[in-house]
Amino acid sequence: MINPVVEKLFRADRLPHIWCPGCSHGITLGALARTIEKLGWDKDEVAIVSGIGCSSRAPGYLDVNTLHTTHGRALAFATGVKLANPNLKVIVISGDGDASAIGGNHLIHAARRNIDITCLVFNNNIYGMTGGQYSPTTPTNDFGTTAPHGNIDKPFDIANLAASAGATYAARATAYHVTQMEKLMEKALTHKGFSCLEVASICPIYYGRKNKKGSPANMLKFLKDNFIDAKVAEKLPEEKRAGKMLMGEFKNVEAPEYTDEYQKIIDRFAEEK
Amino acid sequence: MAKKFKLLSGNEACVEGALYAGMKFYGGYPITPSTEIAERSALELPKVGGKFIQMEDEIAGIAAAIGGSIAGLKSMTATSGPGMSLKQENIGYAAIAEIPLVIVNVQRGGPSTGLPTAPAQGDVMQAMWGTHGDHPVIAVSPMSVTETFTETVRAFNLAEKYRTPVILLTDEVVGHMREKLEIPEPGELEVYDRLRPDADDKDYLAYRVEEGDLVPKMAAFGSGHRYHITGLFHDETGFPSNSTENAEFMLDRMMNKIAHNLDDILAYDEFMTEDAEHLIISYGSTARAAKSAVMALRGEGIKVGLFRPITIWPYPAERTIELAKQVKSITVAEMNLGQLKLEIERVVKSEAPVQLSGKANGEVLTPNDIIAKVKEAL
Repeated sequence: MINPVVEKLFRADRLPHIWCPGCSHGITLGALARTIEKLGWDKDEVAIVSGIGCSSRAPGYLDVNTLHTTHGRALAFATGVKLANPNLKVIVISGDGDASAIGGNHLIHAARRNIDITCLVFNNNIYGMTGGQYSPTTPTNDFGTTAPHGNIDKPFDIANLAASAGATYAARATAYHVTQMEKLMEKALTHKGFSCLEVASICPIYYGRKNKKGSPANMLKFLKDNFIDAKVAEKLPEEKRAGKMLMGEFKNVEAPEYTDEYQKIIDRFAEEK
Repeated sequence: MAKKFKLLSGNEACVEGALYAGMKFYGGYPITPSTEIAERSALELPKVGGKFIQMEDEIAGIAAAIGGSIAGLKSMTATSGPGMSLKQENIGYAAIAEIPLVIVNVQRGGPSTGLPTAPAQGDVMQAMWGTHGDHPVIAVSPMSVTETFTETVRAFNLAEKYRTPVILLTDEVVGHMREKLEIPEPGELEVYDRLRPDADDKDYLAYRVEEGDLVPKMAAFGSGHRYHITGLFHDETGFPSNSTENAEFMLDRMMNKIAHNLDDILAYDEFMTEDAEHLIISYGSTARAAKSAVMALRGEGIKVGLFRPITIWPYPAERTIELAKQVKSITVAEMNLGQLKLEIERVVKSEAPVQLSGKANGEVLTPNDIIAKVKEAL
């Protein structure tokens, strides 16, 4: 039997997907579909926008309004869609390279405007589609095909980058902690204003093999063993926090939303008439 | 009703024309000498319920404008040289995804930062070949404030009718000079809106055309027709396809949208060409100097005429060939080192010798520059 969420939200005729065996993008996309289903959103009113890369192929599998744009520019296209029709629920799916390298400028400015868009960043620490080059989130000393001697760059913290730039909601989930991911996704999707949910993801084929991370299961286990919730971490003694990475909610505040503020200008002129 | 006159710059007239045509979305980034287009759009759009946004860069400006068009609004962006270079990738996106969009390029001296406040016509070839890959192109080039208004309306109409980006290629002179503009009454000029599928059209496919047709109907996001848009080659469903047969079919259709509608797309003007023995071809602000040159040369008894393409891409080849057969020489007057001249040479072949009266130093061509050049061919 076909899973009812798949039947309802997926474009079954577009499956199977293009992702490699062991890739975690399907886990995250499944979580998104279940969250949209849980929220009971009208599919006609949902628009998902992406750029270029492995993660950016995700929207095509969902039966909503889907827009696959140019590399790095998803948030800029999405800003146009949202401003033109604020009734649409606009979600951007991006990868670490797409969102924080070529599209980094759009990420910080969408966050600064606090426009009501949810940006999901499938962060697998590598450029997968082009075959394993280091990205802005590849850890220092790790390897990529363009970092054959070890990466000397320092990685971005995408969720906190968005938060610092003005996102009113910022969180990180992992592809292992699916229940928590869906909770965070629900909060991100229903948040009024710019929300950024980074999903720590795995790329067994290009990142994993290059860095001897073992099987996909091992890589998921790594997420399980090394990410702890930010709120839990606060209460832990220093020695137990050492070396752990944080997930959970980092920022959740209310602030005026961009399309609302623009509408006020329009309303001012409408009143004068 | 009394006629409505305004004293406007070309850039301001562009916005007035856009609003007349139904522009409801503007996404852009400030750049000299096009900034007044953004400024007036910011001022006027909210008054008509439209949206203006100043984005973080030129790339985002066109991306937002494409997004606005996808959500169903008539959209525009404006820029100049460096900004036009940055927009190229997304111009190709609008071409392959078939998104109606008007892109204004108020040309300035280049390359690079070049001469930001000086006029030029150095982006003619870029308008045709700027973005990578074979793709359909329409570019129009007005010579006056009034024509900036009417050509902006026409640019919107062509973009909506053929679902393609249209470039309004003006220059610093046309953009900044002020002239009297008579604002047409609503209904006086044709305004075309893209064809949309019926709300209850269950069989709607985003890129399917009716038999004998070339332009698919376009549903706005949120209108109930859920579909996929991509910059990849796609089939009639809108989903990516690697099929070479499909790519050929889709590209043919996109190119034929333009090639099969030249009567509708091409616009040009002629001045004293009936008995002309020598021809000047010029466009944009330079055509003003060319017209003066024609009159001065006629005063000396030299039979010169002016052919002025208003649509420069696709180039009005057929009429140019007819005129080439009639005249002894063609002088192409343009503020560059011979860009449209290349196309004209290609078109007229050996029918008439083609020479250039060109300049790319930030100065306008004067009637005397052009007169001297024409006389070289006598």
